[in-house]
Amino acid sequence: MAKAILAVDCGSTTTKAILFTDEGGWHLVSRGEAPTTVEAPFDNVMLGLYNAVRELEELTGREMLKGDSFLIPSTNGKGVDLFLATSSAGGGLQMLVMGVVKTMTAESAHRAALGAGAIVVDCIALDDGREDFQRIQRIREIRPDIILLAGGTDGGTITHVVSLAEMLSAAEPRARLGNLPIPVIYAGNKDAREEVKRILGDKFSVIITENIRPRLEIENLAPAREAIHELFLQHVMRQAPGYNFLMEATTHPIMSTPNAVGLMVQLLAKRLGGNVLAVDIGGATTDVFSVFSQTYNRTVSANLGMSYSICNVMVEATIPLIQRWLPFDVSPKEIRNSLRNKMIRPTTIPQTLKDLYIEQAVAREALRLALEHHKSLARSLVGVQRERTVGDLFVQTTGGETLINMSRVDMIIGSGGVLSHAPKRAQAALMMIDAFQPAGITYLAVDSIFMMPHLGVLSSVLPDVAEEIFWRDCVVPLGSLIAPMGTIREGEVAVSLEGKESLGEVRFGEVKVFPLKDEGEFLIKPHRALDLGEGKGREVVRKLKGGLVGLIVDCRGRPLQIPSQEEKRKEWLRRTYQAFSLPLPGEAR
Amino acid sequence: MSQAYTPGLTITPFAKLRKVRKLPIKGEVLVGIGEWVKPESVVARALLPGPAHIVKAGEILGVAGEDLERHLLKRVGDKVEENEVIASSTSFFGLSKKFVRSPIKGTIENISPITGNITIREEPKPLLLPAYVEGEVVEILPSEGVVIETKGAFLQGIFGVGGERWGKLRVVVSSPAEPIREIKEELKGCVIVGGTIDGEMLRRASEVGVKGVVVGGIYDEVLRDFLGYDIGVAITGQEDIPLTLIIMEGFGELPISQRAFNLFKRFDGFLASINGATQIRAGVMRPEIIIPHKEEMPAFEVKLMNQLLEGTRVRVIREPYFGLLGKVLALPPEPRILETGAKARVAEVLLDNGERVVVPRANLEIIID
Repeated sequence: MAKAILAVDCGSTTTKAILFTDEGGWHLVSRGEAPTTVEAPFDNVMLGLYNAVRELEELTGREMLKGDSFLIPSTNGKGVDLFLATSSAGGGLQMLVMGVVKTMTAESAHRAALGAGAIVVDCIALDDGREDFQRIQRIREIRPDIILLAGGTDGGTITHVVSLAEMLSAAEPRARLGNLPIPVIYAGNKDAREEVKRILGDKFSVIITENIRPRLEIENLAPAREAIHELFLQHVMRQAPGYNFLMEATTHPIMSTPNAVGLMVQLLAKRLGGNVLAVDIGGATTDVFSVFSQTYNRTVSANLGMSYSICNVMVEATIPLIQRWLPFDVSPKEIRNSLRNKMIRPTTIPQTLKDLYIEQAVAREALRLALEHHKSLARSLVGVQRERTVGDLFVQTTGGETLINMSRVDMIIGSGGVLSHAPKRAQAALMMIDAFQPAGITYLAVDSIFMMPHLGVLSSVLPDVAEEIFWRDCVVPLGSLIAPMGTIREGEVAVSLEGKESLGEVRFGEVKVFPLKDEGEFLIKPHRALDLGEGKGREVVRKLKGGLVGLIVDCRGRPLQIPSQEEKRKEWLRRTYQAFSLPLPGEAR
Repeated sequence: MSQAYTPGLTITPFAKLRKVRKLPIKGEVLVGIGEWVKPESVVARALLPGPAHIVKAGEILGVAGEDLERHLLKRVGDKVEENEVIASSTSFFGLSKKFVRSPIKGTIENISPITGNITIREEPKPLLLPAYVEGEVVEILPSEGVVIETKGAFLQGIFGVGGERWGKLRVVVSSPAEPIREIKEELKGCVIVGGTIDGEMLRRASEVGVKGVVVGGIYDEVLRDFLGYDIGVAITGQEDIPLTLIIMEGFGELPISQRAFNLFKRFDGFLASINGATQIRAGVMRPEIIIPHKEEMPAFEVKLMNQLLEGTRVRVIREPYFGLLGKVLALPPEPRILETGAKARVAEVLLDNGERVVVPRANLEIIID
């Protein structure tokens, strides 16, 4: 039986090593970190990994390395029994996906790739609005690790998917790493397999899997996802500098970082029996994971992040939308130059509240955009005829609606530096509330020190241990959020709240935070025009969990009613910050 | 006088540099070992496969892919001219004739009996690889390129746009903070150095035909207006702009560091090779200025952040003291709580203006005296 586990995550910037031990219960011991060394001049992922583990050795006093060898298994308080690793170093797994129809097979292929932990560099479809020569040019420009080709239902015409194969053959893209032929996973109409092999066989390494859309109403993502995962380990990882050593050193297969986080999110949703939304906002990318009605989805917004990509958030969101979250005056020029300087010196940290709140305003916009992106991909199948009931008679939908319903999310977990390391936990809670605008009743938490990847890979070996550590050391409970949907006149009583004693009322336009550390049962009465998820005006009796922030009652409206007049907006924000006991620049703390 | 620079960024009057010049695909190396090359010397060349065009022949002729064969006038491997008929069909007893013409000059690569599409590839295009720096060829990478060794001053900037260019280095201001106010016609083909630059002067530099502009700082709006768009992700070097722009210190009104300025002054009139390509991620790539010269001197030693000591000269690189210079008074071992509420390791700094301040160590750059 394992007594000590070393888990490492080789990120694109830093390698994080964590030690877990069993001392009458599993727990986190400590964490060491060092810059990742997958690129020049080091070109060997192991150097950064040794540095991170050595720091962990210093912090814990436990010897885990002898020279360059890991001490496995543990004896007399030395070494570890399991050594696990996840990786997104070297830019992660970069894929090109292709399908015949943008909203059907191409979208399914896109979901399969994202669900397998990839960054999708482009999605080519015959109806994507580009001309053939433009598609060929684009395929030539990008250098993917793996290509996923889908299209057509089994038994249907093969012409379109074959034309995609011809396009790929004409483009002849080169691999990002190494000189081996690029793997192409074919997951389209099974009748076209031979033809696809004939066209691509000489130039690519073709792998055939089951059709991703065997019938229009069936989406079969698992075989393609497994093929991607297998190729990631066998092909992409082996090309990355130093990974051969890492693969030999670990006691179990390496997992891609987002895949590992996804496993953990799925495990959590299963345990809670509810809908879960998780987000990891990094320096370069933002990943969103969701499980809604048992359907798992994951997206990565490759250019939304807080350091390398911070200016891309500025470009995509625009400065006025960043400014709207700031309770003080700051010129667009100042925001621009400050974000540019953060981009070129990504390791600096905010020293003033004003600077911190500018970063947190950008984070709100990055999170909002990442969720929008996620909603657009996590949706029901398009083009599927469905049986309608009498109740659906007046609802005109043709499929393609998002699965993400923010009034049905039970738990939101935030991860990544700006959320996990926010100086005050209430800031993390407020960033998530403003960006995601969850409605009804939602539980909020953050990942304490970004250990979801480590626990995800651990869950593939010892799921119970991973879960035990997850609840004990990973999740930092922030508290429950009550946010009624709808709009009434500002100042009217929106919600009244009773626990063991009456907590009082919250008026429309206000947000209040009540202290609640543990759990309590509450009767929540909304205004007759407001809805807590049970229907307009319906009371809700619910056991609610507290946390480091408490019980948050947000009656600012859904969608948020941000005042358009400048002075009113700043006043509105100041009241919000005060409700969360957050300091404002220039105020004595 | 003290000089500022960013840790990890090199600013040295003398370095022995080896530049690997590699073709993107296999080709032919045109120079030999020991050969002296100029920036514009072509050191290797390759034939880039031309782009492919897909012609929907079956669709144009109104025939199924499997029936296309009998309408073809050309076969796989045949060369075709632009507008040349490659397939045709006749119907209504010869009354109606349809033609498929090649949109380009090239070679037929594929004819698909399934889709009825014909793939035609353009003729390969020659790619000529310049030396980029003046120096000696010291290694041949067979079929791939060469390694060129050069000796000279080497400076890295913090951000740049535009790719490889070269020209005579000309310092056009008299002090590191002075903005560029005038660009004369004689600066055509030169790499010019100044404290800062505004939009009007950047336009003027482009009109005159200046090859490169090196400044301490620039306002982001000026850069956006010059490029015509906002840069999102910090990966640059491929911009379609008439000159290469290198920013040495950051965004805003920041003078060029004294150390860099002194070097530029010293080598005024020398040939400089510059590249604005920047990639701020793991494996950071910063813009560079290489000024080859024959004067042997000791290479400047780069000090890193972990050598921050009491007495070290520093510059603050984040608000509220952004850009100010000072000296470390103390390095308290315990983390301090900042105004933000975050805990961080800090340095106590005596700024040159006499103010005594506390700054997170992550927000300091070391300055070499």
